[in-house]
Amino acid sequence: MKLNERSVAHYATCDSPADHAGFLRKRVERHHHHAHHHGTSYQRRWFVLKGNLLFYFEERESREPVGLVVLEGCTVELCEAAEEFAFAIRFDDAGARAYVLVADGQAAMEAWVKALSRASFDYMRLVVRELEKQLEEACKSLAACRKSPQRSSSSSGRKRHLSNPALQPLQEKPTTLENGYSTWSSGGCVASGVTCSDHDGGQTKPPPLPPRRRSAAGSATGSPAPGLSPAMLECPVSPETICFSKLHNWYGQEIAVLRREWQERQKRGHP
Amino acid sequence: LPRVPAVLKKRLVKLVVNFLFYFRTDEAEPIGALLLEHCKITKEEENVFSISFIEEPERKYCFECATEEQCQEWVEALRRASYEFLRRSLIFYRNEIQKMTGKDPLEQYGISEEARFQLATQRQ
Repeated sequence: MKLNERSVAHYATCDSPADHAGFLRKRVERHHHHAHHHGTSYQRRWFVLKGNLLFYFEERESREPVGLVVLEGCTVELCEAAEEFAFAIRFDDAGARAYVLVADGQAAMEAWVKALSRASFDYMRLVVRELEKQLEEACKSLAACRKSPQRSSSSSGRKRHLSNPALQPLQEKPTTLENGYSTWSSGGCVASGVTCSDHDGGQTKPPPLPPRRRSAAGSATGSPAPGLSPAMLECPVSPETICFSKLHNWYGQEIAVLRREWQERQKRGHP
Repeated sequence: LPRVPAVLKKRLVKLVVNFLFYFRTDEAEPIGALLLEHCKITKEEENVFSISFIEEPERKYCFECATEEQCQEWVEALRRASYEFLRRSLIFYRNEIQKMTGKDPLEQYGISEEARFQLATQRQ
């Protein structure tokens, strides 16, 4: 499966702040057909969490990640491994591989589990929606407190209190805010954008959040093949997990190397 | 939803969190994906938008939609699709609520101290 690898590697290694980083030992997942199970082994890797993406590198200074785990549809739990301070990332999709990771100590393990369990996009979206509601309510109760009708002076008063009655700059400044294209390096962009006073639309409607998966499927041009409706594509076993496990496999160079080595050993061992 | 540059190919495109997956129209597994972080969505000519990435701005992934309306929908959806966008929204709302009410809304979630929720100037 293709991926915009250069952009992914860039995102992984650029100096936008990581949400968490550190060394972890990752259990090597061997093929089930491996006749002689030599016991589990672990590889020390440098892990970097950015958003909902967990990258891992061979070395801290490596220029490209060797692996990527998309933290959607997964749970993070402590696990009963022979190793102390082990935890696992397991996916709802039963077919997807789990990742068993070992931290250096109790504190490190707890920090990682905490960071990873809140890393999903869905979680973030949930919190944002909740805050959106809270802000709306706060605005409403503030407006309800005002007995007097709208005057030009009160709108400037609102500016002082609300600092941004419009909440629209988020929407109307696409070049600076969208997708981190040019903002993360300038830092604090949203906060400063908020205080601009030209967007005095008096609206308190916050920008809508991305829809939950629904509107994107099935937007084929022209007439799709007969029977190919969006409903058909939404199979009960969430297709998204297929997509993400493909992504996990995409980087699976380590697995591929290990498999090749194992196969070569098998050939040698079995004339 | 076809994909250029060289040849227009008909593809099914699906936005899932901050990834844009694309499929051949009759297949269940994607043939490719684009991570939508540090990218720019540009409305090109009629019915067409493009995605480009910060480290390679000249390279554009172009998409042609059936209608202009669809095109606008996609542009809007994609511009809000990044985790970074969500993060900034969260920080924005948090800041606003704090200013208005004097309370930090994240405290009830027990996540007020986490690095990724801090105002950019406070991070690191």
